[in-house]
Amino acid sequence: MPETIAFLEPKPSVLARRHQIVEDLTDILPPGCLISEKRGLVPFETDAFIAYRQVPLAVALPETTAQVAAVLKYCSRYGIPVVPRGAGTSLSGGAIPQSDAVVIGLSKMSGILDIDFANRTATVQAGVTNINISEAVSADGFFYAPDPSSQLACTIGGNIGMNSGGAHCLKYGVTTNNLLGVKMVLFDGTVIELGGKALDAPGYDLLGLVCGSEGQLGIVTEATVRLLAKPEGSRPVLFGFMSSEEAGACVAEVIGSGIIPVAIEFMDKPAIGICEAFAQAGYPMDVEALLIVEVEGSEAEMEAMLASIIEIARRHGVATIRESQSAAQAALIWKGRKSAFGATGRIADYICMDGTVPLSQLSHVLKKTAEIIDGYGLRVANVFHAGDGNMHPLILYNINDPEDAARAEAAGNDILKLCVDAGGCLTGEHGVGIEKRDLMLHQFTQVDLNQQMAARAAFDPQWIMNPSKVFPLEGRPAA
Amino acid sequence: MNYEPTSEMEAADMIRQAAGTGMPLAISGGGTRSGFGNRVRADRALSTRKLSGIVSYNPAEMTMSAKAGTPMAEIEAALAGNRQMLAFEPMDYRGVMGTSGEPTIGGVFAANVSGPRRITAGAARDHLLGIRFINGAGEAIKSGGRVMKNVTGLDLVKLLCGSHGTLGLLTEVTFKVLPLPPAAATIVAFGLDDAQAAAAMAHALAMPVEVSGAAHLTESVRYRFVGSSHPEGAATVLRLEGLPASVAVRAEKLKAAFAQVAPATVLDHEATEKLWRDIRDVKPYADGTQKPLWRVSVAPMAGHQLVAALRLQTGVDAFYDWQGGLVWLRMEADAEAEMLRRFIKGIGGGHATLVRASDAVRAVTPAFEPEPAPVAALSARLKEKFDPKGIFNPGKMG
Repeated sequence: MPETIAFLEPKPSVLARRHQIVEDLTDILPPGCLISEKRGLVPFETDAFIAYRQVPLAVALPETTAQVAAVLKYCSRYGIPVVPRGAGTSLSGGAIPQSDAVVIGLSKMSGILDIDFANRTATVQAGVTNINISEAVSADGFFYAPDPSSQLACTIGGNIGMNSGGAHCLKYGVTTNNLLGVKMVLFDGTVIELGGKALDAPGYDLLGLVCGSEGQLGIVTEATVRLLAKPEGSRPVLFGFMSSEEAGACVAEVIGSGIIPVAIEFMDKPAIGICEAFAQAGYPMDVEALLIVEVEGSEAEMEAMLASIIEIARRHGVATIRESQSAAQAALIWKGRKSAFGATGRIADYICMDGTVPLSQLSHVLKKTAEIIDGYGLRVANVFHAGDGNMHPLILYNINDPEDAARAEAAGNDILKLCVDAGGCLTGEHGVGIEKRDLMLHQFTQVDLNQQMAARAAFDPQWIMNPSKVFPLEGRPAA
Repeated sequence: MNYEPTSEMEAADMIRQAAGTGMPLAISGGGTRSGFGNRVRADRALSTRKLSGIVSYNPAEMTMSAKAGTPMAEIEAALAGNRQMLAFEPMDYRGVMGTSGEPTIGGVFAANVSGPRRITAGAARDHLLGIRFINGAGEAIKSGGRVMKNVTGLDLVKLLCGSHGTLGLLTEVTFKVLPLPPAAATIVAFGLDDAQAAAAMAHALAMPVEVSGAAHLTESVRYRFVGSSHPEGAATVLRLEGLPASVAVRAEKLKAAFAQVAPATVLDHEATEKLWRDIRDVKPYADGTQKPLWRVSVAPMAGHQLVAALRLQTGVDAFYDWQGGLVWLRMEADAEAEMLRRFIKGIGGGHATLVRASDAVRAVTPAFEPEPAPVAALSARLKEKFDPKGIFNPGKMG
């Protein structure tokens, strides 16, 4: 296990009071809502960023907003760190605890509270899974747009924490663009509501600040999200290219031409092989790069858009074009893409990068990424949201080989710096977590970060909320 | 003497100086929304007017960066030259507020100004990718960037957007632009009352036809929007945009759905552009008066309930955008702030902003909806973290 990313030193005062804390929290919560035995705590020691683990002090699984508030009120009183957790699918270590922390898991708060088709909103508890929302409204012709690959498991609370995206964000935006309101608990147990069913709220855009704040501003317990009418039809088409450069240039020209597909997904040869072996989606195996371009609308509209896209692809030397012939085939194409991370996990351990770059830099960054990976003697599979420049190089390594793991981490850091230097950013949708925390000064100045930390302190002056994340440990305000 | 910095560094120096002596500054762009919000108590004005010019524009990447004081006219001309647009359709306030001058891109984002396409394309805040601003200590800060997806660090971009110059001076903004739709049409249904119109708009937005604008123009204002050659009564209007063949197909579908409840007609591209510009700019209330004008944002189905309740109590004229959720209310006499805000609570919440009124009315009416105590406390703490000396637009938002 690599040791390069440090956590905050555990507070001796908290560790020393461990038994008292467990006893008090047992009193605060209903039976069965607190885990404090080692065996029960281990499943909470990491998230999808599995290279790092920390067993928490205790795990609280409240059933109501009032219970969340009671736990927070208690923790803030004694300065106990708190780590919020949805389904633990964070790829950046956003939900990894620390040894002196109480994890507050929202898994028991998984109810759908209100579905309002006329106003096109759904109000749900934070522990509802992303897919649950779309499933609950699908029969009536609606859906919830953001669709992270982990949507079967990940929760809306986690999505809000990380401002999650997904393949279809190109057209519909990410979580923050589809979130209308939240109920949340502040560090001291104060419950506030931001937004609601209206399209905007008075005062400062606190909702916009909270979304993507990685559990550092409070714990969201309920959310009101925007529902959209499902399109009449949608159709993914596969475009195979003999080079990544051609595929990248094709993406740039499609976007530049004024056509905005719902999704443009990119896979390189290793990723195609991995996904095809898992999903048997009919991906062409003889190409270097694959684009999945999805259009939607009426039959006439899809035909017209596809004709234009195919014409552009031909100009860029497309080798294979495969249109899905049925809904089942379309589903299979997406299954292959969405299981990319899981399928990769079957063949190797990996870390998933999330840098985003301007479209004009795609080809350059892909080429440089390959050079960096070669330099470290590693392997990489690239699978990402090309339409918005959100790259996901999966760096393959062996988690049980410390040297290999250290190389993978170093290569990842180089790739993220490359993304920033190309005019992009460290993370497009996975969040900073612990993974990218120490790279923040590559993208921001200390003055920029100080302003962010000042905003954070307006919500959590004690710095107890998920405190090891996002901001480099050095340069923080004195406690 | 007013400040008109010509560079970010100069702006930072001026602000640092002002902070040093605790001198309040009235922050503005082109001043076209200068009466918006509560009265600012400031000794000096600081305008971004001379921080002007497009910094970079890459049509293929659908992003533009511009200095905050760049006139909207310049931005829009550059975009039109590449058949692109600001999809959030920012309103021009000059008509309703009786102001002159040039609206600026910084002002648009500082006030989070969004128009009819808000219901599908999002608000100004959803299109703002990155900012540079000067905080109240005179420090230049960057947040966000120039890529479409970015979750690196706290989203100060959203916080600054709509903060009306009270947290920092925007010096540069980077935003998303989108292709102009090659075709557009509007379906107009005549004679629906407000409640029927709300139901009809909800129905239209539940159909897979991608409505990009949904407004209800009540009988009293409808002739300011659509001519008298059409049938009588209120006009409920739904906009469709996209590829020509697709717009034609969707227009037929929507018209057929409407024909069952009301006489309906279709407006062509040119008429559609004019109509929605007029809706965006609240044309009927660009009336040269000081009659109190409210911008009310509620759940779409609640707008007509609010107006019905108000009509029983006071003289009010209104029409609806955003599927009924954005209500433009002109009071015939008193502003009726207390009643309006009480009724909004009664219909499930939302908020009312006083856009225009006489000086006497503005002096005694909070322009923005008062926030619940714990939220107001948070906002105050944030203000203190960005502008510790309280020099930016004091009083404007609270």
